[in-house]
Amino acid sequence: MVTGTQFRVFAGALLLGLMAAFMSPVSAQQQPDSVNPTQQSVKEQQLLKELSRIQGRTSLPDSKTGTLEQPAGRDWRQFQQVTLRWIGAIAILGMLATLVLFFLIRGMIRIEAGRSGYTLVRFNAFERFVHWMTATCFIVLALSGLNITFGKELLLPLIGTQTFATFSQWAKYAHNYLSFPFTLGVALMLLMWIAWNFPSGVDFRWIREGGGIVGSKHPPARRFNAGQKAIYWVVVLGGGAAAVTGYLLMFPFYATDIAGMQTAQMVHGIVGLIFMAIMLAHIYIGTIGMQGAFEAMGKGEVDVNWARQHHSLWLEKEAQKGRVPGGSVAPAE
Amino acid sequence: MARMKFLCDADRCIECNACVTACKNENDVPWGINRRRVVTINDGKPGERSVSMACMHCTDAPCAAVCPVNCFYTTADGVVLHSKDLCIGCGYCFYACPFGAPQYPKVGNFGSRGKMDKCTYCAGGPEADLTPAEYGNRENGQFTGYGSNRLAEGKLPLCAEMCSTKSLLAGDGEIIAQIFKERVVRRGYSSGAWGWQTAYRERIET
Repeated sequence: MVTGTQFRVFAGALLLGLMAAFMSPVSAQQQPDSVNPTQQSVKEQQLLKELSRIQGRTSLPDSKTGTLEQPAGRDWRQFQQVTLRWIGAIAILGMLATLVLFFLIRGMIRIEAGRSGYTLVRFNAFERFVHWMTATCFIVLALSGLNITFGKELLLPLIGTQTFATFSQWAKYAHNYLSFPFTLGVALMLLMWIAWNFPSGVDFRWIREGGGIVGSKHPPARRFNAGQKAIYWVVVLGGGAAAVTGYLLMFPFYATDIAGMQTAQMVHGIVGLIFMAIMLAHIYIGTIGMQGAFEAMGKGEVDVNWARQHHSLWLEKEAQKGRVPGGSVAPAE
Repeated sequence: MARMKFLCDADRCIECNACVTACKNENDVPWGINRRRVVTINDGKPGERSVSMACMHCTDAPCAAVCPVNCFYTTADGVVLHSKDLCIGCGYCFYACPFGAPQYPKVGNFGSRGKMDKCTYCAGGPEADLTPAEYGNRENGQFTGYGSNRLAEGKLPLCAEMCSTKSLLAGDGEIIAQIFKERVVRRGYSSGAWGWQTAYRERIET
């Protein structure tokens, strides 16, 4: 009699025998005689194809050390050394050339009716303080920023490696520390002028008729015309973007990883250089480009005839409030 | 002159971190700075590999290209070195480096960086060979020098010299590539010459 145990042993042996008979030729074909499990491993070439950077684990507390390889650094180098310099050169030299050409054609925009002798307040002391604080910081930030991007090509050959390195060290400190008053200035400008800087219907007419220094007609404008509004938003948004990316760079790896740092530097560089180019135009109009414009930010008061020519609606409003000396004011048009 | 390179044979690395320790000891590298580190890929999974990584002393080094004060130079042996005298600690070399080699002591306010420090291939710095000025000291919490100059003594970097499994190889690029090639042929597999394509634009065909 065959017991259950005997049956199981028999059946198991048969099954094993069958498996061996069927499986062994197959497995002999698939695998070499000595299987080496360590042969199977991550491959660098495969990882580089699949990933933009190879990340692993280290026993060090610094998490940055986990990045084994980031070939993207080579791309960033290309941007930093070639692309950014082209952007900067085209933006800044292009703007300078345009302004020189414009000055040669148009010259200084005069107050057509001549000076009236009466002035009214355009910017109060606080507004002027904020403007000049931001402006002086901006100039130092711009020059020290240009030094980082172009210095070793333009300045280093003139003053020598050692002097240039010392200068650049101080320029870096200036760039870092002056970012704080600059950011404060941008924030104050945002708050104190935003009420006058929303686009309105007047701006469309002003642009269509070529207001400001472009056309010869003088379309009406409120306190800020469309061009000045554009400058306002460039400063607020551009300054804001420069500040955010700048602080990411100043506090490295607090908020981002290596890819984030590279992107922050790229945005900071592009925004900074275009900002500089636009500020050149701003400086041009505020100085040699237009008679009577500098006084607005200089002593804070502008000539009534200047205001009538460039900001007719604003002048009317100020006159209604009784802020225009000389009494009666002729209509704008 | 030989073109000096590093090659980490990851199929031999046992992640003992002795190269890291040897480097720190030989060069008296301050706390918080690691010129060399061991990174484990796929840690704890089948097929994991550990790679000892430091400055690879790239051909046409990106750090040197982006440095705004030109503080880098390449020696006749192909070793990429820099001058801490000139470095302004801007951090650009770290963004450009494919291997995370540059290190910065935190000395200033905020996160501001001190003079960059990195693997010198145990070849010191721009100061005269084997002088105390080249080795450096710890003035004002700064690490002024570059550490050991074994190359000037006719020796190779200590990390590779003392590697117990001879995973980390240092020396003439052609010779170490040949050693690696022979190993791969003999054992029949390889996870790759880590970093070579990125650093030297070169693959070791086996």
